Amino acid sequence: MKPLTAARTIGVLLVLLVLVIAAAAIGLAAGPSGISIAEIVSVLGGRGESDAAIDIVLRVRMPRVLLGALVGASLAVAGVLFQALLRNPLADPYVLGVSGGAALGGIAVMSLGSAIGLGYAAVPPAAFAGAIATTALLYAISGVQGRVSTTGLLLTGVVFNAFASAAIVFLASIAGMTEGTSIFLWLIGSLSAGRLEVAGPVALFLAIGLATAMPLARGLNLSALGEESAQQLGVDIDRQRRIVLVAASLMVGAAVSVAGLIGFVGLIIPHLLRLLIGPDHRLLIPAAALGGAAFLIVCDAIARTLLDGRELPVGAITALAGGPLFLWLLRRYHNRSFSS
Amino acid sequence: MVFDGVAVTLGDQPILRDIHLEVPAGQVVVLAGCNGAGKTTLLRIASRVLRPTAGRVYLGGQGVDTLSRRELAQQLAVVPQDVSVSFPFSAGEVVLMGRAPHLGMLGFESRADIAIANEAMERLGIEHLAHRSILELSGGERQLISVARALTQQPRVLLLDEPTAHLDLAHRVAVLDCVRDFARDGRTALVVSHDLSLAARSCDVLALLSGGKILEAGAPRDVLTVDNLREVFGIRADIVMAPDGCPVVVPRGLHRGQQPPVA
Repeated sequence: MKPLTAARTIGVLLVLLVLVIAAAAIGLAAGPSGISIAEIVSVLGGRGESDAAIDIVLRVRMPRVLLGALVGASLAVAGVLFQALLRNPLADPYVLGVSGGAALGGIAVMSLGSAIGLGYAAVPPAAFAGAIATTALLYAISGVQGRVSTTGLLLTGVVFNAFASAAIVFLASIAGMTEGTSIFLWLIGSLSAGRLEVAGPVALFLAIGLATAMPLARGLNLSALGEESAQQLGVDIDRQRRIVLVAASLMVGAAVSVAGLIGFVGLIIPHLLRLLIGPDHRLLIPAAALGGAAFLIVCDAIARTLLDGRELPVGAITALAGGPLFLWLLRRYHNRSFSS
Repeated sequence: MVFDGVAVTLGDQPILRDIHLEVPAGQVVVLAGCNGAGKTTLLRIASRVLRPTAGRVYLGGQGVDTLSRRELAQQLAVVPQDVSVSFPFSAGEVVLMGRAPHLGMLGFESRADIAIANEAMERLGIEHLAHRSILELSGGERQLISVARALTQQPRVLLLDEPTAHLDLAHRVAVLDCVRDFARDGRTALVVSHDLSLAARSCDVLALLSGGKILEAGAPRDVLTVDNLREVFGIRADIVMAPDGCPVVVPRGLHRGQQPPVA
C-alpha cells in the first residue's frame, strides 16, 4: 500500500459516497408499494404527482434510509475505533459491553416500564443511559493509577456483557408475550423505529465521534506499533485511549438505543475496507462511516422486501449476510495479513 | 545525554540503583550487561516511557521530564528490541511514521517527508521492502524497518535496543555503520548490544552494567578485560587483539563452579 495522499483519500471517499447514494436510491425504491424510480426522482425534485407516493417516499422510506445510514456509519466507525484502541482486529463495537448496558437499560423499560407508566418512547433514552453507565463503569474499573489498561478494559467488558445477558434473559422471562416479542426484535436489531426524531441524537453523536476521532487518526496509526513505540513517537497514549473509549462508546450507545443490537456491521466493514484501502486511520475512519452507511441501507432494503408483506429485522440480514462474508474475509485476510 | 543518579524499582525489585552515564555529543556509547541487568529499563527511562524512582535524565541540559512527549520525540528516537504491528501497514508506511513528531495532527506527509523515509531505507538497503506488508516480514527485516523508521525521525539522540540481534553479519555491519555516521555532526547514539566484539569496533565508549550500576565505562580496549567479563557475565574469556588493534572477546566457558549471574 502506497503512502496515503490527499488525492487518494478524496478519490476513495468519493467512490464510497457514490455507493452511499446508490444504496439510498435502492433503499427509497425498495418496499411493497411498487413506486417507480421515476416517481421517486420526481418526489425528491419536489414535483411529486400522487400524495401517496410523496407520503411513502418522504415520510416512511426517507427517515428510515437516513436512520440506517446513521446507525451503519456509527457502528462501523466505532468498530474501527475499538479495534485500534484494543490493538485487536477481532474487536467489534459490542466487545466492551456498552451494547450490553444499553440493551439492559432498554429492555428493563420494555418489560417493566408499563407498570410505572413508561411507554415505548422511553426505551431509547433508557438504553442510552445504560450505555453511558457502562462506559463510566469501564472507565472506573479498568483505570489503574490514572491509566486505562486495555486488558482491564477487555476483561471488564466481557464480564459485564455476560452479566447483562443474564439480566436480559431474566427480564425477558418475566415479561408478557407482547413485550417478549419486542425484546426479541430489539436483541436482533431493527430499523423499524425509523422516524426523524430518533435520528437526531444518532447524528449528533456520530458527528461528535468523527470530530474527536479524526484528529487522533495519526496517533491511532502509531499505536499499531505498540503503546510504548507510540509514546516514543510523541503520542499521549492515555489521553488518546480515554477520548477514543468515550467517543466510540457514545456512538455505539446512541445507535443501539434506537436500533437495538445490529450485529456484524462494526466488524465486517472495517475489515473489508482495510483489505481494500489499507489500514491508515486517516482514510479508514471516514471510509468506514460511508461504507457502514451504504451496507446497512442495503441490508435494510433487503429486510423490507425479502418476504412478501412482512418485514424482517435488519439484524437478521446483517448476520446472515455478514457471517459467511466475514469467514470468507478472514480466510483471505489471514493469508495476507496474519501470517506472522 | 546524561544519566544523573538514575534509580528505579519495579514492584519491590530494585532494577537500577545509581546510574551515572554520559553519552557525549558525536559519540556512540554501547551498553552491555547480562540478561535482566536493566539495559532496556534504562532506555525506557531515557525515552520517558518509565519514570525513574530517583535521579534524572538530561538531554542537552534539559530534563527529559520537562519536555512534552512530542518535543522529546522530535529529539530522541528509539529502536525497540522487537516490533509487533497490529494492522497490515506496509513497511514503507511504518518507516514514514517516523515523521509523525514533526507533523501536525491533520494532513499528509509531504514529498520531503517521503524523500527522508526513502533515503533512510536506501541507506540500509531495504527499499525493496517498502510495499510489503509489515506483517509478512521476518524478524530481521522488521528490525531494519525499525532502524529506518528511527532515522526518518531525524532525532539528535538515537537509542537502539539490541538492534542487530536478528540480523545477518552484513546487515549488522550496515546498521552499525549507519549508527556511526549518525553520530557525526554532534548527534549521539546509545546502543544496547550483546555482541561485544562488534560493539568494540563501532563505539567510542563501552559501558558495562552490573548490579544496577555502571561498573565501568570507557574506551573498549580499556573496559574489555578478563576480570570485568568475569564480574559482569561470570565467564572465562580471552581477549585477543585483531590485526587492526580492536579487542575481540573469545568466551571459553562459565567461570569454574559458577552459574550464569542472576541480575
